[in-house]
Amino acid sequence: MRLAKAAAAAAVILLFPFAARAQDASEKEIERYRAMISDPFSNPGFLAVDRGEILWGEKRGSKNVSLEGCDLGLGAGKLEGAFAQLPRFFPDSGRVMDLEQRLLWCMQNLQGLDTKDVVARRFSGPGKASDMEDLVAFIANKSNGMKIDVQLKHPKEQEMAAVGEALFYRRGGVMDFSCATCHADEGKRIRLQGLPNLSKPGKQPQETMGTWPTYRVSQGALRTMQHRLWDCYRQQRWPVPEYGSDTITALTVFLQKQAMGGEIAVPSIKR
Amino acid sequence: MNTTSRLAAFVLTAGVIAGFPLTAKAQTTTTKVDPALVETYLQATFGKAPPEWQARIKPDDTLATCNLHRNDVPSAEADKIVAREMAKVVFPADGKLLGDWKEGQKIANNGRGGQFSDDDKTISGGNCYACHQMEKAEVSYGTLGPSLTSYGKDRKFDPVEAKNAFAKIYDSQAVVACSNMPRFGANKVLSEQQIKDIVAFLFNPESPINK
Ligand code: HEC
Ligand code: HEC
Repeated sequence: MRLAKAAAAAAVILLFPFAARAQDASEKEIERYRAMISDPFSNPGFLAVDRGEILWGEKRGSKNVSLEGCDLGLGAGKLEGAFAQLPRFFPDSGRVMDLEQRLLWCMQNLQGLDTKDVVARRFSGPGKASDMEDLVAFIANKSNGMKIDVQLKHPKEQEMAAVGEALFYRRGGVMDFSCATCHADEGKRIRLQGLPNLSKPGKQPQETMGTWPTYRVSQGALRTMQHRLWDCYRQQRWPVPEYGSDTITALTVFLQKQAMGGEIAVPSIKR
Repeated sequence: MNTTSRLAAFVLTAGVIAGFPLTAKAQTTTTKVDPALVETYLQATFGKAPPEWQARIKPDDTLATCNLHRNDVPSAEADKIVAREMAKVVFPADGKLLGDWKEGQKIANNGRGGQFSDDDKTISGGNCYACHQMEKAEVSYGTLGPSLTSYGKDRKFDPVEAKNAFAKIYDSQAVVACSNMPRFGANKVLSEQQIKDIVAFLFNPESPINK
């Protein structure tokens, strides 16, 4: 049942770019698609949520403990609203971390888990599940209905936001692209894909950031912001960004700052 | 994001800008960060990439200026950039600017090349449709750049205009400082022959661009 509905959703989304001529019909489809996103029985992203819940409680690593003792910023094991405030500064590590960096830290330090394999499976593929995607789906979902409230009090958090902004405008690669080449104007598109303007705070960054992690129909997988930015750097013709590294976190802090106050509704479904 | 919500978002943003012009302006002013600090972030993220890839994200003098001003360069700096980039343009030795428009059509449609997911043997395309409308029959075009429909015809197939187009594609910043358009020839994305083929796509009267 889940899968049948998911397939229908997939068809709707894949057809969507070509539906411009059939405006009325597509408007109805969009409505239907909207309703589906929030329905746990038709959004395959919720399968990742379920898997993530199991992983969260599973005893692993040399210390044979679960992640339930992991502090995501609001106290050990406290999940409700934690994602809404990430990335943030963690005094125990002395670093600003996004959810994925924090989870790796907890796996290493709390569970005594060798994270090499987890990192190797950071992005799922056919026959290759990703613990990270599942955990992020589960944890982010616990902030549903809440507003993005990224922390900017600590000097390190402020540094991240400022560096993230500079990185957003930094051009390079054989095409001379920066994030701003594709995401700093209103109503632009590349081929047929609409591009959100992320350069100004407000509705567009709010709707964008409030809907990640998302189930990507075109990829048949739940994807996190780490994957989105990895893919954008690919399109930008830059080198492969290191997973869970500072440039990605800085950009995420900057984007969350632009999206401040946006409502979280995840996992969403996207093209 | 879908069309409806994007439109709504657009209307809302427009409202915000109209309502608070000063706030909108204040938000676009550059926050100063130490360039050395930015380098440490880039090192942490791209430091393991092969040296030739790292070289690609080291800004040359032109990009360094564009980055500093977020492309909104003062006119004196803009003049320097245009002069510097114009000096990089190498026109064909035999003076022939128009290649094969059918090849040019393929190159304009090809968005491959230069990505870390491509292999060494990938031949780069111009990816022109990512940003420009060109022939009318192609509906899948981006809007980051102006429409190039009827480009040659509108310019009466003037050879001087064709030469300008060759320069524009070879090095967009030889014409407009800090243009968002790639510098295809100067950055060695496209060969001289490929650029000639694209110029033919724009300027051959038989090309679907001019139909
Ligand atoms: C060459 C073009 C290009 C560049 C450069 C680029 N992006 Fe993107 N970006 C895209 C496209 C295309 C999409 C997908 C839009 C879609 O599928 O609807 C996208 C999507 C996104 C999204 C998700 C949008 C959504 O609605 O969910 C975010 C966030 C984003 N980009 C941020 C960035 C950042 C940050 C950078 C710089 C590191 C960047 N992009 C560079 C083309 C680009
Ligand atoms: C990333 C976006 C992008 C890509 C890719 C791109 N362009 Fe452009 N192009 C622009 C923008 C923006 C402008 C307008 C600003 C300027 O003139 O620099 C422009 C301007 C032009 C102009 C000048 C138009 C005029 O007013 O006379 C020509 C000709 C042109 N592009 C051709 C091409 C061709 C051919 C290709 C592919 C080989 C291409 N462009 C690829 C963004 C792009």
